[in-house]
Amino acid sequence: MSASTSHDTLAHGTHAHPNPDAHGDGHDHGTRRTYLIGFALSVILTAIPFWLVMADVISDTMIATIVIMGFGVVQIFVHMVYFLHMNTKSEGGWTMMAAIFTIIVIVIALSGSLWVMFHLNTNMMPGHIMNPADLI
Amino acid sequence: MTNEFWSFIFGRLTWDVLPLHEPIVVITFIVVAIGGLTVLGALTYFKLWGYLWKEWFTSVDHKKIGIMYMVLGIIMLLRGFADALMMRLQQAIAFNGYEGYLNAHHYDQLFSVHGVIMIFFVAMPLITGFMNYVVPLQIGARDVSFPFLNNFSFWMTAGGAVLVMISLFIGEFAQTGWLAFPPLSGIEHSPASGVDYYIWALQVAGVGTTLSGVNLIATIIKMRAPGMSLMKMPVFTWTSLCTNVLIVASFPILTAVLTLLALDRYVGTNFFTADFGGSPMMYINLIWIWGHPEVYILILPCFGIFSEVASTFSGKRLFGYTSMVYATVVITVLSYLVWLHHFFTMGSGASVNSFFGITTMIISIPTGAKIFNWLFTMYKGRIRFELPMMWLIAFMLTFTIGGMTGVLLAVPPADFVLHNSLFLVAHFHNVIIGGVLFGIFAGINYWWPKAFGYKLNTYWGKISFWLWNVGFWLAFGPLYVLGLMGVTRRLRTFDDPSLQIWFIIAGIGALVIAGGIAAMLVQFAVSILGKNKEWDTTGDPWNGRTLEWATSSPPPQYNFAFTPIIHDNDAWADMKTRHAQRPTKDFMEIHMPCNTGTGIVLAGLSVVLGFALIWYMWWLAILSFVALIGAAIIHTFNYDRDYYIPVEAVAEVEDTRTRLLSGAR
Amino acid sequence: MSSNATTAEGEVPQFYELVPHHHAPHGSTQIGFWIYLMSDCLIFASLFAIYGVLGGNYAAGPSPEHLFNLPLVAVSTAALLLSSITYGFAMLDMDEGKKTGTLVWLVITGLLGAVFLGLTLYEFYHMIHEGAVPQRSAFLSAFFVLVGTHALHVTFGILWLVTLLVQIGMKGLIPANKIRVQCLSMFWHFLDVIWIGVFTVVYLMGMLR
Repeated sequence: MSASTSHDTLAHGTHAHPNPDAHGDGHDHGTRRTYLIGFALSVILTAIPFWLVMADVISDTMIATIVIMGFGVVQIFVHMVYFLHMNTKSEGGWTMMAAIFTIIVIVIALSGSLWVMFHLNTNMMPGHIMNPADLI
Repeated sequence: MTNEFWSFIFGRLTWDVLPLHEPIVVITFIVVAIGGLTVLGALTYFKLWGYLWKEWFTSVDHKKIGIMYMVLGIIMLLRGFADALMMRLQQAIAFNGYEGYLNAHHYDQLFSVHGVIMIFFVAMPLITGFMNYVVPLQIGARDVSFPFLNNFSFWMTAGGAVLVMISLFIGEFAQTGWLAFPPLSGIEHSPASGVDYYIWALQVAGVGTTLSGVNLIATIIKMRAPGMSLMKMPVFTWTSLCTNVLIVASFPILTAVLTLLALDRYVGTNFFTADFGGSPMMYINLIWIWGHPEVYILILPCFGIFSEVASTFSGKRLFGYTSMVYATVVITVLSYLVWLHHFFTMGSGASVNSFFGITTMIISIPTGAKIFNWLFTMYKGRIRFELPMMWLIAFMLTFTIGGMTGVLLAVPPADFVLHNSLFLVAHFHNVIIGGVLFGIFAGINYWWPKAFGYKLNTYWGKISFWLWNVGFWLAFGPLYVLGLMGVTRRLRTFDDPSLQIWFIIAGIGALVIAGGIAAMLVQFAVSILGKNKEWDTTGDPWNGRTLEWATSSPPPQYNFAFTPIIHDNDAWADMKTRHAQRPTKDFMEIHMPCNTGTGIVLAGLSVVLGFALIWYMWWLAILSFVALIGAAIIHTFNYDRDYYIPVEAVAEVEDTRTRLLSGAR
Repeated sequence: MSSNATTAEGEVPQFYELVPHHHAPHGSTQIGFWIYLMSDCLIFASLFAIYGVLGGNYAAGPSPEHLFNLPLVAVSTAALLLSSITYGFAMLDMDEGKKTGTLVWLVITGLLGAVFLGLTLYEFYHMIHEGAVPQRSAFLSAFFVLVGTHALHVTFGILWLVTLLVQIGMKGLIPANKIRVQCLSMFWHFLDVIWIGVFTVVYLMGMLR
């Protein structure tokens, strides 16, 4: 938001380079190099979990699940940084803010639903444990 | 052959679905038809169609869209309240084996449609209307970020309302309660059109609400006047920002849940069925993840309105601006952590219930902080008891009591006793009427002179105020009592004659509220038609403190000829104390968006699509869907979407204002 | 949003901007579109929640290891990942003002998207053919809707892309079109992010169960 509006004609005329001072877009567009790095990383991060599952590398299901999810989370961040060009500065930090808030809500909704529904299942499905001590 | 042909054309829509066997509905239909034809005839006779189309329906001006939202909300309030009156009458007389005058089929629709209308088509349009009208003015902008989208959003909301209204006369509405819990709302138990009306009305309106939320967030982020940092934004803008964040981050969940319910009904999937691994409880879980933020979506802007009213009519800066902002933000986040308190009794167990019970009690803390902020704003202020201020006082008394009954319900063991009782009904009416509706009334009285250039009639306003307040307690006090005695909600008839007196009192209360609504309509009529209007030539009738009072009443199309520069959070009060001079010459042409009819066309097609899906007219559904996509694509080929208001036009408007201002002083 | 219009002591501050107030054209579009994407994210979050809760309810019907064909998923994942970088190249060419390059890369992106879509449809067809229809169990309902919603998004992405090709062809790389290419870019990469979640949670973890 520019109080000194002398830049505005510039920002108005060309749209090529973002002007952090004006209302213009604050997105960075990345370079060929960052795109290639991002692509290479995402190929690696996709290939490993596929290999882990298809070649049945980790025998413990629990550990395998955690590892695969870990790869997924890392790859999501790689995409957000290298392809969606997220950083703390674009749009005055609002892109990041919006994403963080969304992630919080998603984590709450997902983990909450699983938690609540797991307890409902345990407590309410017939034929399960009926020991009151287990209902907590 | 012919039969197949007709069922291909009309799906399951036949003569039998018209509620001709329900005399009440038939009479309503006749009254509505006569009234509607009269209005349409009058519009045609006075040749107003062109004016309405050009100046209102296709307008992208946030002020006009805001007013249209308000009109929609008030019309739907009358419908929703009529339903409430009918329910009150039924419950007051259906005792001792008498069935009352409503059959179960009709009564169940009434309580469902009452809730749906009041939340989605009264409260939502009214608060969206305020946010639309006021936010751009408060931040010194000329319009919202996406003016066309704004018009489209309004028409989608209106389209949802149209579908609900159609359900009154063609087919039926859901008989499932306002959230349509499965398995009752599944195809097996609700095979008729009711739940489908529910689903598609909310889907159509939901698109509008979500997009309007996106639009207002972008507006607040990008369009603020120079100098207005986040902590210099007026509190109403802050609460609007948080509300729209909640809208954008919760309505998609509603959309998803209703889509899945629709799939269960139309395709036969097994999300919320009791068979094949589906889980009806998951529906309840998910819909309340939307549902709880929704109540804060409704109340936060009203908190904002009250903050503006408190500081304006106390002639003081708002006490604890920073704490107000943080309280709002904390509520925004916490509202996602309490949803389970709507179904403590579903059986999640002690650990889950106590977690959500505690978070629910925690969320009352920032709300309590706000109440103290308003009280301290009033403390040692020069309080003027104008109508908005009266609504603020009434709100603080009513809402605090409603909040306390809410904290009672937040205690899981207490909730096991009170769940689904009339105590709950009394509680949420206490906070929604005492909070949201009173806030809206305060806002209407506060900003009316800004929107139309003259104040609302005080005499009728006060009558309405007292009738509402007395009526509210008469109507809902008895429900608290009945709830504590164990009477559950949504009952049509009663066996215990000792309860009747309470229902009669509640019914009288509803009639008093009806008087309050009537007095409000008289207030509008007297103010609009009256000859001795309290004209506001200054643009600042209440000695306001925020930017919307810096421009004329009503504001010009472009809001501000020169964009204000902000140095203080009460920007206009600051400008007044430091004698800011309004520039009176060297006007510039102003860049504005063009009006467009695309919004109304797209929304109209969406209504047709919804109607076709409700009645299984597949050919029409496909056709309207394709047309919808096509129209949207065609719209993107229109690149000429804005124009410049010439300098002369700006100068003319501004010179008139200069004359008015000098005459007034 | 960065400026502070404070003034030195004693000086009467300026209260009105006396020069034209410009909002750069489409200045709000990117953040607005981003916020829309966040809301779309929550639709997928709901579907993931449904899949997380109901995904194990096979109702004595087929389970993931009988249905999923991981090599096929790997190929469609590869197509989508490739389309991400080709879209990136389109953006780079657009920034350099190369209209033809932009169009070519966009077409390649669209084709890769179509390959992905074709593979998804093939998978659906195959599953339905084997009797694993969405109505069979809550797991299958959740699977079809989650993967189907993603596929539907890709379909709309392709439709949008084709529209944009026509518009760039007609008007060239004017600012209004550039902003649309940027928004579609965000949409496209966003669908990638969702797909990462889908192949991790649905396919890979499904095979582990």
